[in-house]
Amino acid sequence: MTTDGETVVQQSHQIVTAAQPLATVTTGTTGSPGAPMPPSASAPSARTRRVRTAGRTSVVRGTIGTVVFVGLWQVATSLNAWTGISPPVVAHLPSPSSVVQAFNHLVGNRGFWESAYLSSVRVMWGFIAAMVIGIPFGLLMAVSRTAKAICFPVFELLRPIPPLAWVPAAIIFWPTAELSITFVTFLGAFFTVVINTVGGAEQIDRRYVLAARSMGADKSTLFRRVLLPATLPSIATGAVVGMGITWQVVVAAEMISGGGQGAATGGGGLGFLIWNSYLGGAIPQVVVGMICLGIAGYLSSSLVRAASTKLMPWKMTV
Amino acid sequence: MQATNGGRGGLSVRNVSKRYDPKGTMLAVDNCSVEIAPGELHVVVGPSGCGKTTLLNAIAGFHSISSGEIYLDHELLCGPGKPQATPGADRVVVFQNGALFPWKTVLENITYGPVIQKRMTKTEARDRARQKMAEAGLSGLEDSYPGELSSGMARRVEIVRALVNEPKVLLLDEPFRGMDNLTKSIMHESLLEIYDRNQVTIFFITHDIEEAIFLGSRISVMTTRPGRIKESIDVDIPRPRDYRVLTSDDFRGLMIRVIDAVHDEAQKAFEAGEREMA
Repeated sequence: MTTDGETVVQQSHQIVTAAQPLATVTTGTTGSPGAPMPPSASAPSARTRRVRTAGRTSVVRGTIGTVVFVGLWQVATSLNAWTGISPPVVAHLPSPSSVVQAFNHLVGNRGFWESAYLSSVRVMWGFIAAMVIGIPFGLLMAVSRTAKAICFPVFELLRPIPPLAWVPAAIIFWPTAELSITFVTFLGAFFTVVINTVGGAEQIDRRYVLAARSMGADKSTLFRRVLLPATLPSIATGAVVGMGITWQVVVAAEMISGGGQGAATGGGGLGFLIWNSYLGGAIPQVVVGMICLGIAGYLSSSLVRAASTKLMPWKMTV
Repeated sequence: MQATNGGRGGLSVRNVSKRYDPKGTMLAVDNCSVEIAPGELHVVVGPSGCGKTTLLNAIAGFHSISSGEIYLDHELLCGPGKPQATPGADRVVVFQNGALFPWKTVLENITYGPVIQKRMTKTEARDRARQKMAEAGLSGLEDSYPGELSSGMARRVEIVRALVNEPKVLLLDEPFRGMDNLTKSIMHESLLEIYDRNQVTIFFITHDIEEAIFLGSRISVMTTRPGRIKESIDVDIPRPRDYRVLTSDDFRGLMIRVIDAVHDEAQKAFEAGEREMA
């Protein structure tokens, strides 16, 4: 009973906020003129409430969009059966219902889960390695002119090579197929992370550096307490973009290299699963694999974004 | 008109020249001399691009000088054999467009200097910062990020951030540039209040003549590039000052004197098509 009551109160409050978001925020932040700013406690709560309401609205809208999309898909694939008109291109798509069927079938399949797991692990290690090696490397090139003069030309020569062109070489370099797939995945994110780090670190506002020096900062303090936080936004951008690329790369690498360690037991990564399903003519299963990739990519990018917001609380502000 | 502060922060600029190219055809500052007494609020006025900022940067240690010497409390900052001063917390700069660290809260920004210099523990620095913030009317903003502040508030925070370092000289490089006149006048009164309370030497650069007279104890008028000190003018208006000073006869008289001195230079600068050098 109490909890119900609370929920209702909270909801009605949210509706009020949604109806007059501007008014709430204004009173929250400015307060009475002349007086010093009121403690910031009231302002954030108004803001959080607004964000939460906005979040719920966007979930509703997102759901509507998804439902409409699936509906159109169903209509397109059933049009032939219903009216005898065969629309171009989309007629060959498996219908959503057949995809759901394929999914139900795959859910009980160990290979499917193994594939999803393997791809995630490859993406994770590739991404982590790209961050761990790429960020210090980028910072080094930004800080030291000598290091940049030596490394940058080589880096720029290697950068335009598509990660997929590395697959055969990677298979030769590395002892296991697993390592070669992860390596190619790493390359996909590495160049983006480095380029963003270098660019961000070189473009930080000189006034921050001068201000810190005039307050007595030495070189290591400058690095840790000015360069690093000032470059963080660019690093985060690089990470989000890099995360997207790792998913693209891992799938292609799995397709080419034959799935690595899990291939024997039926799971060789989502890319391998898609390719295998295609070869076996199980087109609904191909679509299931594609949807899984979409979801996985979305989740991992959100994760990176959430982590970067956590690291940069100042970016939350207006 | 000088405040007494125990004789701290006397700045002496002697025959300083600065050329940016080694061959020396482009002279930015030419044989410039200024004596600033401890606790003085000294304003340098001059047309855009006259070398004011060059002079300030030389004092701060952001770049070298080509000849001459600069002393702070009789200690050589830069001169023959040591062309560039070492930047340090005895000469903190507040910049034209503000340089609060956006990734730190207001409180963290203010405690930054004392903490990295290891002059205070974090707790001490926080107490000190809170006290200074209260004096400047900034209480309640401790946990805000600079991105949430108005430009006037941000500049006030920045002045407080400079002050907690207990500098000998505060170097202000057109800190109120680009603010609307109403905000500017509030900032002026706020700066004067801080100045009256802290008795710190201030080296203030501007091309706003009214600002110069309202704030300054003494004004140096700089010529157009190459910058030289053309004239030094004492501002004999008693402190504490408020906006009513602006309409007094003394103020008008000074206004005419400074405009006379600056106008020719501004005209020359305009004709030479000089642009502001950052």
